[in-house]
Formats: sequence, structure tokens, C-alpha cells
Amino acid sequence: MRPFTYERAASPAAAAKAAAATPGAKFIAGGTNLLDLMKLEIEAPAHLIDVNGLKLDTIEETDEGGLRIGALVRNTDLAADRRVRRDYGVLTRAIVAGASGQLRNKATTGGNLMQRTRCPYFYDPNMPCNKRKPGSGCAAIQGFSRSLAVIGGSEACIATYPGDMAVAMRVLDAGVETVKPDGETRTIPIADFHRLPGDTPDVETALDPGELITAVTLPKPVGGAHFYHKVRDRASYAFALVSVAAIVQKDGSGRVAFGGVAPKPWRVEAAEAGMSQGAKAVTAQAFADANPTRENRFKLPLAERTLDAVLAQARA
Amino acid sequence: MKFDTPATTNPIDRMTVVGRPTPRIDGKYKTTGTAPYAYERHDVNADPAYGYMLGAAIAKGTIRSIDTSEAEAAPGVRAIVTYKNSGPIAVGRFNTAKLLGGPEIEHYHQAVAIVVADTFEQARAAARLIRVDYARAEGQYDLAQAKASATMPKGNADVQHGDFATAYAAAPVTLDETYTTPDQSHAMMEPMASTAVWDGDELILYTSNQMIDWGRGDVAKTLGIPKEKVRLVSPYIGGGFGGKLFVRAEAILAALGSRAAKRPVKIALARPEIFNNTTHRPATIQRIRIGATKDGKITATAHEAWSGNLPGGDPEGATSQSKLFYAGANRSIAERLATLDLPEGNAMRAPGEAAGLMALEIAMDEMAEKLGMDPVEFRAINDTQVDPMKPERPFSQRHFVECLRTGAAKFGWSRRNARPGAVRDGQWLTGLGMAGAFRNNIVLDSGARVRLDRAGRAIVETDMTDIGTGSYTIIAQTAAEMLGLPLDQVDVRLGDSAFPVSAGSGGQFGANCSTAGVYAACVKLREAIAAKAGLDPAAAEFADGHVAVGNRKVPLAGLADAGDLIGEDTIEFGDLDKRYQQSTFGAHFVEVGVNAFTGEARIRRMLAVCDAGRILNPVSARSQVIGAMTMGAGAALTEELVVDKRFGFFANHDLAQYEVMVHADIPHQEVIFLDGADPISSPMKAKGVGELGICGIAAAVANAIYNATGVRVRDYPITLDKYLDRLPVA
Repeated sequence: MRPFTYERAASPAAAAKAAAATPGAKFIAGGTNLLDLMKLEIEAPAHLIDVNGLKLDTIEETDEGGLRIGALVRNTDLAADRRVRRDYGVLTRAIVAGASGQLRNKATTGGNLMQRTRCPYFYDPNMPCNKRKPGSGCAAIQGFSRSLAVIGGSEACIATYPGDMAVAMRVLDAGVETVKPDGETRTIPIADFHRLPGDTPDVETALDPGELITAVTLPKPVGGAHFYHKVRDRASYAFALVSVAAIVQKDGSGRVAFGGVAPKPWRVEAAEAGMSQGAKAVTAQAFADANPTRENRFKLPLAERTLDAVLAQARA
Repeated sequence: MKFDTPATTNPIDRMTVVGRPTPRIDGKYKTTGTAPYAYERHDVNADPAYGYMLGAAIAKGTIRSIDTSEAEAAPGVRAIVTYKNSGPIAVGRFNTAKLLGGPEIEHYHQAVAIVVADTFEQARAAARLIRVDYARAEGQYDLAQAKASATMPKGNADVQHGDFATAYAAAPVTLDETYTTPDQSHAMMEPMASTAVWDGDELILYTSNQMIDWGRGDVAKTLGIPKEKVRLVSPYIGGGFGGKLFVRAEAILAALGSRAAKRPVKIALARPEIFNNTTHRPATIQRIRIGATKDGKITATAHEAWSGNLPGGDPEGATSQSKLFYAGANRSIAERLATLDLPEGNAMRAPGEAAGLMALEIAMDEMAEKLGMDPVEFRAINDTQVDPMKPERPFSQRHFVECLRTGAAKFGWSRRNARPGAVRDGQWLTGLGMAGAFRNNIVLDSGARVRLDRAGRAIVETDMTDIGTGSYTIIAQTAAEMLGLPLDQVDVRLGDSAFPVSAGSGGQFGANCSTAGVYAACVKLREAIAAKAGLDPAAAEFADGHVAVGNRKVPLAGLADAGDLIGEDTIEFGDLDKRYQQSTFGAHFVEVGVNAFTGEARIRRMLAVCDAGRILNPVSARSQVIGAMTMGAGAALTEELVVDKRFGFFANHDLAQYEVMVHADIPHQEVIFLDGADPISSPMKAKGVGELGICGIAAAVANAIYNATGVRVRDYPITLDKYLDRLPVA
């Protein structure tokens, strides 16, 4: 770990301002991903801005009948919230499918959105990786790509977004509230929050330099039956091969987003028209532009079969 | 003590302490954080410097130049050692690749430097400032491709018994299949760790090593110093599984770094370095052919196995059990070794049998199905009580059929539906599978010293190690039984090369051999005690803290007032393991569920029945077996070091990507030990059990998945991408 300086921010706007003013600054909340990456020098921030004291740790009801989740609400608390469990079951299920109890106690709502890929070549500094070292190439596309993206990738990068929480938020049409260094606030739709790699895989989100996540908003509940089916090689504490976040209404209509398949939570709204006709109708359209490797091709039938399992459960 | 005739009745047979379920006596130190591990020897070195290893960034080639100037100028740095200033580094007797590489690089993450600094963070940051310019060379990293060039390894001559080809051609029912097992990592909890202290020209290495005397010899050889100048201290080891049988890089780096920095230095490998820097279980390709009569008698067996290693390395040995496990007159066994430029392959828990049975026990399941026989029955009728290729040589004991029958009854095997894919539980297809377990019982000489002090306490000293297995406890039980003392009157000191040389921990030989060595030392001590008490040593009985002959009873406390009474001896095994085949046996039963939609395979319950001689401590033996079953479940379902065949390394080199089983994967395990005492194995009448549990279990899982789904997967690990397209319609 390289030496770095550290400060505790006094307010969200001050944090954003400090981040913009200090070259190489990063925010730290739970630190569950950032500290690991710093030990490997994959992240080497010159300055850390600790946002843990910013009182962004409450869940409030909004005027629109939804929820505003503070960026510092811990995963454990968010998953256990009575309102979330009642009205946004897919979110609770997604969160408890991820990581371990210890990590969920530390990890925050905002930090979890910023979780970086688990691509094996991103994690090995001896290997080329356009995300870690822009322009160095991608070792994964011709390499060990079993866990990587089947859609949304580029010739520069096929890393997957590894998280679960954001997949549920995507299906819930969440919004990401932020504050910029100049004090301006905005809400970024979750659909636009994570970026596809294109030829700049090192740029992973729509956040401007210094911009700080302050909350995630959920619109008013949409009802329906909520599912999060995470398929993985072992029963717990593993990243998804494929996950399905779905809300299915009584008439068979619904919404679905997929995790583990793309550089961002993968949802194609137009494909959801096929929900009542079964999984294939949805996945055929949602993955129409898929470009899998030989090693991860299985994710396409797996995505269909997992959605099929969810729909069968919804019918039962 | 020579052990060259079968044991007769001896004090261990009393079983007043030995054989009793006994919580481990070192447990309290581990659970309170007071057991000193190699990286935490603050008790002997309050202020060590910290070492950090730099591993090679290429798999094969040479270092063109190495520039340490920037690292040397970094804060806190005390010394940097590379091949340029290390002095000569030899290859240890038990190593294949050099533990400090350069200029030649033999494998990825081979150590190329140690940085010593005042803090861990300084050492790590400085290590990344070392600039190494490599000339990358072409290497061979693909076993399947190298297979054609593989040769017969030294000491592994082909076995031809009877006439396999003719018998196989004539057999009415035959199988010819190829199976693969991947490279696997020990993934023990404690990383390789050492603290080095030089006292003049003498080196004390606080380390984590299973085999103290081997290690002492190889540290000396590697550094070019006399063995007498090296002391190894390794009282607590956080798991080894064969990964710590040999001296590894961190021990040598600690010694070099400490010599250069003129300070005690401690170093532990970081987890992402362990997978490529240290050893692993090599991958195998195995072709098995079996021929049988229509009523299921095996008439022909062929087992060929290919594995790869660095030049000078050994093969995995996956055919070893196929010489002995099942009956059959005609046999052809061949081991082949290819040169690969991957990291060094070496022993991992039950080397040979674990990988071999992963293949053989699927083949047995497939044969049973071809024969229309129950797989339990098929194995039972092919039992043999003698070495199949030397019928004059019996097994010392073999209760394999009893393992099968006991397990089948206990597990409810009769409720298994033999038709695959026929049983549903909601979204899950369920199935039952079983496999046989076989692992040889190795005997190695083992020494110990036992002292009786003035308070009447016994102190056992031996360089035997406890790698989490329970050695402390069974050694204490042995001494307590022999001397008629309660367990809490025995102190056990292990893992120090200042103590008598033991068998060490490996190959599941540690428990039987090291306790037999303690037995031998106790026999000597009993003689000394009896003589001191003025009693006839031949007639003396030891019980309740006293030595007695007839009505004369003398308390042990006080007998050593003039100085400790000492018994020291080594058990030396004769040729009983040649006259008899000594092996351990078991039967595994597994129930799995496979999600009919997604193919997720989850174990529901497991049972092992073990035949391993006298069980010295049912508590620690059970822990060994369930741990081994868990490791085997990982081998079945997830564990694979993924070879990047372009760069020549294991790409998934951390515990997030190399997935071992977690609690949720292992919902229910049961172990049954058959009663038994094998007088041919040792005076303890015990045999190994620590590796038996991993033998066969992966195949039992594979066979259960087949029973659940009707899909046969012959390439481990059995991940859903290998069978998703073959699942029955959900």
C-alpha cells in the first residue's frame, strides 16, 4: 500500500469539493472493496476522504410513496428494513445473496454501487488489463473468461459488474442521488449509472470527477412477486454466474434484470413484453446482441433457464 | 524398538485413555490466541523486521536485468536480496524448482526478491518498486498437448500382470473411458510463514512445516550450511495438506533477508502468491478400461494416467490404488509424466489415490450400470483379501465389504432409484451415489523422548508436528496410557528439531507412527521408573499415577527427585509392510440435489464408513475425516486451478476465485469407524485415517449427480456449464 493522506469530510458537498480539489482522491465508506484493491496497488489513491460520518445512514419515505436510502446505509440494515422487505423484496433477496454477513455489515449502499469487477486479469498486476492500465490490452477475452460478460462488453474489456444489490435496484427503477463538487445535486437513473466499457473500460460510472453518491431512491412499490435467483458454483459467498432479479405480476407480466452477464446490471425493457410467454421470449430479445466467449457461452442458456425457474416459481 | 513381528497384548490395549473421545489439549491455546504461530513469534522476537516477496511476472525465461535502486531508497527498507547478492542457492532434496529464482525463471511467481523493511507496508510498497526486465521464453503449459511427449517416470515402471489385452477382448462387458482431474491447491488457512533469527552462523527458523527433519536438511542444503547449524521450530501449524511437507520460498527468503538485514525477519506469503509460488496437486488425464464377466467379476483392468511437472518433478501417481483395490487376474498399469512449465506439482492430501479414485470410482459406477448391478454389490463381489498381483501377500486387515454394507444400511441405500433422473423434489432432481475409499498405510520410523519429572508429570518431546490433526492429543493419550497417568499430567512438546526425529505429518502416517515412537520411548521410561522404584520392570504395572508389582505400589511423584527419569527411543519398522499389504478402506455415500432448471448441484448429506485400525481419538479422527470429505466435495464441485495456457500460470490465484467449500455447501456429515485393531501396523494397532476421507468422496458426489440427472461428467470439477445442455427437460 502506498502512503496516502486522509481526511474526514464535514458534509457531502465538502467531500465532493475536497475530492475534486485533490488529485488522486477517493471516497472511502465501508472499504470492503477499496482496501483490498489498495493492498494490491490496483487502487493507489493519494488521498482518502472518509465519508462515514456524513449522516447519510437513514432510510426515509419519499413524498412519491417510495424510499430514499442514504448512501451510508449498510447492506445488512437495508436488507433487514421492514419497508424494504415488505415492498421491495427483490432488493432484500439480492443483498443477502451477496458477500458474507461480516462484509454486509460494513458495505454501504453507495459503495456497493461502486464495486469493481472481479475479472482475474484485473486482479493480477502482471497481466494486461485495459481497465487497470488503459491501453495495455485485455488478457481476458482470449483467456480465462468463464465468469465474464456475454453482452455489453467491447474489444477492450469484457469485465462483469459483480454486484447483486444493483441488479435488484435496476429492476426497481432506482435513482442515484449525487452531489457534485460545485454543490449541484442530480439524480442519475440506475439504468445510466454504470457505463459500458467501449474503448474506455476504466471509466465505469456516469459520475463526474469528485461527484459523491448521497442516496438511492426507490419509486413507489409496484407490487407483484419478487425473486432474486443467484446461480453460482457453490452455495454461498461466491459471485454470480448468472443472477435473475424479477418482479412478476399476477397476470404474468413483469420486469427482469440479469446479473453476472454484463458490465452493468442487464435489463432490456422491451424484452419484458415477452414475460407472459415464458423465459425464452424474454432472453432471446434481451441477449440478442450477445457476444460470448467459448468459456462463457453457457451463460446464455443459463440465463434463460434461471428465468424459467423463476417464472415456474411465480406460477406455483 | 524394532517392530518386525505383529504386536501382541500391550498396555495400549487397556484403552483407558487411548481410544476415548478426547477434546484436543491444544484447543484452549488456539481459541484464546495464545498458540504461537510462525508469523507471531513476538514471544521470542519482540521487534522483527518484515519481509515481502516479489514473485516472477513470467512463467519461463530469464531476468535480463533487475534494478533495486528505487526500492532500496524507499522508506524503511533495510535490505533487498535477489539472486545477485544471495550467494549460491541450491535446490533442496525435496524441491524441484529453486526457492529463489534468477536469472533463470522456472515458473510464475517464483521468488525473485525479498525486501526487508521496518514495517510490512513499507516492505510491500518497496517490493513493487523493484524493476525487473524479463526475457520471456516459450513454455509448455497444456497437459493435453504435452501428453504425447510424456515418458515413463523413474520408479514408476509399467505393471503388466496376466494378459490384459486378451482378457479385455474376451470380456462380455467392458468400459473404456477417459477422465480428467484439474490442478488443485491446498488452500490451507495459515499461509506459508517463517521468522528467521541468526545467532552467529546458526539459524533458527520459526516456521510452519510438517516435516521438521526433512526441512532442517533442506534449509541447510539450500543455503549451503551444515545441518547442525539449523534449528527448525514449528509447534503450531494452521493446516498443511502436503503444502508444507517441504521447505518453501518464504523460509529461505527469511533466512537470506535476516542475514542481510542483520535482524530477525518474518515473512508470510500473501494469499494471491501462494497458488503459483508454492506446490499444487497436478492435473491428470486418466484412461480406464475394465472388463468383467456377466455376473460382475472383474477379469481385466487397465489404468493409464498422465500428469505433468517441471523437469525433475514427480508424477501425480493416480494409478497407485488400481494395483490393489479390486480383484481381477489381468492388469495393466502405466504412469506417464510430461514436462510442463507450470509451478511445481507435489503432494496434496492423499497424493495419487485422491486423484486416482476420482476416476476409478466413477468407472466402477459406470461398470455396475452396464452390468445391471447395484454399485455396492459390484464392489463387494470384487473384494480381495490379498494383493491381487501377489496372492501370497495378504492385506493385514481389510473390512472393505463391511464398510460397504454398514454404509448402505445406515444411509438408506436401498431406497435409491437405480434409474437416473427419476426422483424429483420440487425444482430439484435428487440422487444417491457411493464410492469406495482406499489409501495405503505407510510406516516410517519415529522417535521420541519422554521424561518423568519430580512432580510425577510426563513430558513428551518429539519433532512430530500437529498440523491441525490432533497430534498433541493422541501423543498425550499414548503417554498417559503407557504410564498410568491422567491426561492432564502429560505435557507434549512438538515441532522442534532439537527433539528426537519423528515420522512427521504426511501421507496419513503421522498418527500411527509418531504415537508408536512415543510408545517405544515410554517402554524405555517404564523400565527406568521400575528400576528406580526397585521393582521388576517385566512385572511392573502402571496405573493411577503409581507403578506396582503385586502389593508393592510406588507413586510416580517423587521418584525423579534426583533428576528427571528419561526414556528415549525410536520405533523402527521392519518388513511387515512388505509381508503384508497395509491399507485403509472406506465407503462413501452421498445425496445430492441438482436444480432441474439451473443445474446447480448441492450436496444434501454425506456418510463415510472407515476401516482404519484402532481409532486413537474418535473426536480428532472424525474431524480429520469430515475435513477430508469437505475437501473432496470441493474437488468434485468447484476446485480447479485454471491454467492460462498463454501466460503459463494459474489465473484464479486467490480464495475469491479458487472456490473451496463453505458451510452452506456441507449441510450434514456422518462418520462411522469400524471397530478394529491391526496388530501388524504398529504396537498402537492404529492406521492412518487423515487422508482416507478424501479418497473416493469426489466420485461419490459425481455418481450421485449422475443418479440425479442421468448426465455423466468425467471432467472435474463438475460445474454446471459441463452438463447444462444435457439436463432432462425441467
